Amino acid sequence: MTLQTMLLVAAALFSVGLYGAISQQVVVMVMMGLELMLNGVILAAAAFWWFLSPTPDGQVLLLVVITAMTVEMAMGFAVATLLHRSRQSDMTDMATDLSR
Amino acid sequence: MLTGIVFWVLAVVAVAAGVAVFRADSMARATYALAASFIAVGLVLLLVDLEFLGVITVLMMTMEMAVMGIYMIMFMGMNPALMPMDMVHGKRPALAVAIGTFVVLAAGALLVPWPTRRGAPAADLVTSLGEAIMESKMLVMMTVSPVLFATIVAALVLALPRGRYDRLGDDLRAGKAPR
Amino acid sequence: MTVTEVSAGWVPLAAALLLAVAAAAASLEGALAARSAGQPLGSGLLTPVAETARLFGQRRRTTVAADLPLQRIGIAGLLTAALLMVAVVPFGRWTVADLTVGVVWFNAMDVLVWAAVWLAGWGPNSAHALVGGYRFLAQALSYELPLMFALTAPAVAAGSLRLGDVVAAQSGLWFVVWMPVAFAVFCAAVAGFSVWGPLGAPAGATTAGGVLVEAAGVDRWLLSAGRYALLTAGAAFGATAFLGGGHGPLLPAWLWLLVKTAALLAVLVALRRRLPVIRPEQLAAPAWLVALPLVLLQVLVVSVVVVVQA
Repeated sequence: MTLQTMLLVAAALFSVGLYGAISQQVVVMVMMGLELMLNGVILAAAAFWWFLSPTPDGQVLLLVVITAMTVEMAMGFAVATLLHRSRQSDMTDMATDLSR
Repeated sequence: MLTGIVFWVLAVVAVAAGVAVFRADSMARATYALAASFIAVGLVLLLVDLEFLGVITVLMMTMEMAVMGIYMIMFMGMNPALMPMDMVHGKRPALAVAIGTFVVLAAGALLVPWPTRRGAPAADLVTSLGEAIMESKMLVMMTVSPVLFATIVAALVLALPRGRYDRLGDDLRAGKAPR
Repeated sequence: MTVTEVSAGWVPLAAALLLAVAAAAASLEGALAARSAGQPLGSGLLTPVAETARLFGQRRRTTVAADLPLQRIGIAGLLTAALLMVAVVPFGRWTVADLTVGVVWFNAMDVLVWAAVWLAGWGPNSAHALVGGYRFLAQALSYELPLMFALTAPAVAAGSLRLGDVVAAQSGLWFVVWMPVAFAVFCAAVAGFSVWGPLGAPAGATTAGGVLVEAAGVDRWLLSAGRYALLTAGAAFGATAFLGGGHGPLLPAWLWLLVKTAALLAVLVALRRRLPVIRPEQLAAPAWLVALPLVLLQVLVVSVVVVVQA
């Protein structure tokens, strides 16, 4: 277990999540992709913390990443609920007019 | 040595479960594959002595995925038992972007001359984290708290279709719910 | 009194002890059931033995289009979570895992029960079982947050998340004396994650047994044993975090912990027949509007006391 191997695993998690976030059509599945990307970020942050600079600051950074995930989930669920109620659908392709 | 083996097992589980999220033909399996991926990462954090954050990751992500499962089933609007769960757009470009990202990140991880370790971890990491967020990094905590509170309120406002009058009727003092 | 971590060879013994106490709880439940059925108290004492023999001789039930892997994970999850919970509880001078974050670990393991119960309900592809699984998640959303803050109170008072320190901090006064609200909420939450008594709706009679409905044979044994084991693990943790752990006169510390665990467990088992089952949606308002503010006030009181003392 070295810095490089941990970062490789984190990169793999991030890329798989990125694939999901781009390719999935259902909002909840897009959220799962985002979560997986953040999972990779957590692992990378832990690797940097342990192998480069094991100070409390790094732990605080990890705490912030976990908070970001919580906020993402809560708002994602709320928006998905709203979309579903107003359009009976939670596909991203059917909500493209929201960007106009 | 043992740490190395445990790490590789957990790493394989994390990535394989991550891939399974987008390959599974069942909403429950996809969700709990993601939970497995998070639990594996949480256990890796335990390997690098991040006990508090590792256990918190397991705690939060199991909870989130249990809730996520409900949302998947509620909103997918399909029955994966009857048709394969393949609701994707732009599969090829997405795959290309993902592979490209992985190559760039992996090259960075392997080629960048990382500096050597500076400093040593505190004897009691939990206490050092607690002191950090309550002393030198208190601004972070003070920002995180209102953000989380605002999230609760905003999510409820977005998600709830009815206000207080729908719940208790016009006469709030009577306190009787319309049935 | 310092807590030492025992080697991994003792894990089976710890597991056996947990199962033995859980079996005693099941015996008590059997005896109380026999009494309420008008039979002599002693005739129900052997219920766990008889049930085990019956269920081990029974075939597993298989359902059409069941999600077997997930079902198995869910069914095995309850007992696993209970075992992982007691791993951090100091048994007198010994503990299986002396984690620096023991309190958070207990909380994380009780969240694993969310996944386990829901998966056990989802797996068999049966309507009543799935309703049971959903009911559990609805109920869990009500009890989990009050439980988290109830667990915060002893940790704040001890100034540590390590259970050994929590026990050591109670050498003078048990935490239950000055955190009764946290203790009451904790006990209610133990009933919640054990699907027990008033919070047993997910496995209740109104859905023909809820998550239990399709489980037969070994599966049903694992679910029932898992519920009793969770109740036992919760009682052991409650005895440690609120009832002074191993502190007490004359008897050795491990025996005191056993006595306190058994007493708390007996109360939990006995209360089952005294209280009505609460539907999950009836639980939400009292949990969020009454229990949560009360337990937050409790944490505030504890924090003020700690600051004033320091």
